[in-house]
Amino acid sequence: MPPESIPAAATDAAPAAAAPLLSVSGLTVSFDTPRGRASAINGVDFTLKRGELLCLLGESGSGKSVTLRALMRLLPERRSRVAGSVLLNGEDVYRLPERRMERLRGKAISMVFQEPMLALDPVYTIGQQIAETIVRHEGTSAAEAERRALELLEKVQIPSAKRRLHAYPHEMSGGMRQRAMIALALSCNPSLLLADEPTTALDATVQMQILLLLRQLQAELDMAVILVTHDIGVAAETADRVAVMYAGRFVELGSARQVLKDPRHPYTAGLLASTVQGDMRGRPLDTIPGAPPDLTALPPGCAYAPRCPYGDGSTLTASPPEVWLEPGRMARCVRAKAMAGATAVAD
Amino acid sequence: MSAFHPVHPLDPVPDLGGPRQPLLSVENLTKHFPLRGGFLGPKPVARAVDGISFSVAKGETLGVVGESGCGKSTTARLLMRLIEPDSGSVTFDGEAVGTRTGLSLRDLRRRMQMVFQDSYASLNPRLTIADSLAFAPMVHGVSRREATEVAGDLLGRVGLDPASFLRRYPHELSGGQRQRVNIARALALHPRLVILDEAVSALDKSVEAQVLNLLVELKNQFDLTYIFISHDLNVVHYIADRVLVMYLGKVAEVGPVEAIYGRPAHPYTRALFSARLSMDPDLRTMAVPLQGDPPNPINPPSGCRFRTRCPHAAPVCAAVEPALLDLGGGQAAACHLHDPQSGHPEAAHAA
Repeated sequence: MPPESIPAAATDAAPAAAAPLLSVSGLTVSFDTPRGRASAINGVDFTLKRGELLCLLGESGSGKSVTLRALMRLLPERRSRVAGSVLLNGEDVYRLPERRMERLRGKAISMVFQEPMLALDPVYTIGQQIAETIVRHEGTSAAEAERRALELLEKVQIPSAKRRLHAYPHEMSGGMRQRAMIALALSCNPSLLLADEPTTALDATVQMQILLLLRQLQAELDMAVILVTHDIGVAAETADRVAVMYAGRFVELGSARQVLKDPRHPYTAGLLASTVQGDMRGRPLDTIPGAPPDLTALPPGCAYAPRCPYGDGSTLTASPPEVWLEPGRMARCVRAKAMAGATAVAD
Repeated sequence: MSAFHPVHPLDPVPDLGGPRQPLLSVENLTKHFPLRGGFLGPKPVARAVDGISFSVAKGETLGVVGESGCGKSTTARLLMRLIEPDSGSVTFDGEAVGTRTGLSLRDLRRRMQMVFQDSYASLNPRLTIADSLAFAPMVHGVSRREATEVAGDLLGRVGLDPASFLRRYPHELSGGQRQRVNIARALALHPRLVILDEAVSALDKSVEAQVLNLLVELKNQFDLTYIFISHDLNVVHYIADRVLVMYLGKVAEVGPVEAIYGRPAHPYTRALFSARLSMDPDLRTMAVPLQGDPPNPINPPSGCRFRTRCPHAAPVCAAVEPALLDLGGGQAAACHLHDPQSGHPEAAHAA
């Protein structure tokens, strides 16, 4: 169906010298809830290079959005417990004083949310909101900030950008608002953009426009992006690398092609097989039985074991170790090597 | 089950017109929502559904697709008479709906039921699952004891263990389980037509597949007809026999699923399909299928409503509204491109 195609970026044969932009290790997050301690993130480790697009793929409750918020230190401090380290450009985000953190947010690292109507301020124009961010972070004059705001609206391809500068969020359509949100996030040239389901609330034709825009901006600005999605299609359209999350862990990590065409974790394989495609007409869909686990009562072993078709009923006492199949290619399953050639979604 | 009653309240509604008569036919259905404002001049309206006609054959699944604001959910609510249409007629198996002499609301709701997207909002949080399921049968004159039996039986049919679910409350269930309950409730009166309005859209993919399998099974078991409304073209491709494509309150195209997916005739249908996400990282979409957002139904473009985003727009498109044109094989599209008499410059070679 697509007119042409570009291959996903090749596997990370990292240039030895380049230090990663972001390096996350041993990240755990838990929340105090009325029903007990919910373990949302249970040990996430990864690194991200400059200019790389990583998709966190998972179902609701898998911890993908919490991971994003943890990276930006946006989780409510009273109710959440965060451990581990998040190094951005070598600085540990969780050791910075709050004042430094405020300067980092919106400048080095910024975020695009699912629902721009809730993320934008309804009583300021788009232009004012972008200009305010620029003045605050860079101390430029108001006139200079407004000129930059106009440039940004043009960069995100908002038609008649000059007029839209003075528009309020409610005066724009959903697609325009999401473009404005992206312009706001880009206002101080962040080196890391976090996008939480940025196209889920949009119509199909608009979703594709925004995904193409994100891909283009990411390449143009050499910006690292972490994109959270539940939609395999979004990952296939955008990701250099894909991390599949389940019960607060990366269960699989690799290039988009590796993960989506040669899944090595039974959950990834199940997710791919149960995603509906037209050519499955007339036959029952493969499903993953059961439901994701309760985060307040995770099993001690593999969290996916109760639903796993390969599970043999033997109880693991700890989460299965990460199995590294090659550099940058991991599956957290004792069967990772044996899974080669299992279900693949693409032709 | 009905030994003591000549006609038991839960006996399936008999077929009237035979297999060839459409189960549902809709003519020129229209709903304009009045808006605030308009002190001078005419009061503004949102033309949510603007004169649509279609029919649903017995035993088929009609998929309805389109972007937000195209009127798909308003259409569903009009069919269920949750809102009253401004004009147009709806006929259910030969019987008129909403007229004085036709089917009463009560009779209609026995024949037609609906499942909504938000599984939590559609269940009463203070009723147990048993009470929610038994409610409609009791309204229709079934004893509480029998209604509770029916509830247990229905839960079993949708794959939930009655012993553990009947006494629970909606908040104790997961999204997938609640949607199963909603489906069970829709089936409690043995309807002939079930409208599924984005019924699987809020579910996680692995759960969505489970519920789709269930819907296919139940359709065969209960001899149902579905209207399946969804924005997800892959799901519609999987489940629908025929597809209705809507744009801004109008029917853009309708036809068998193979024709719509294989040879889409309306430029909007083509654009919608090329906006489908690739599942293969080696086959990424490179060109934007359509510019801009869908326009506002409050002030839709004149003539063809798609012309403002259409790559083939010509002057005739602004002047004349295209009628739904039969293309053969059950496919029809509302586009001047397919009518050599329309005066569209590209019409000749396209036809």
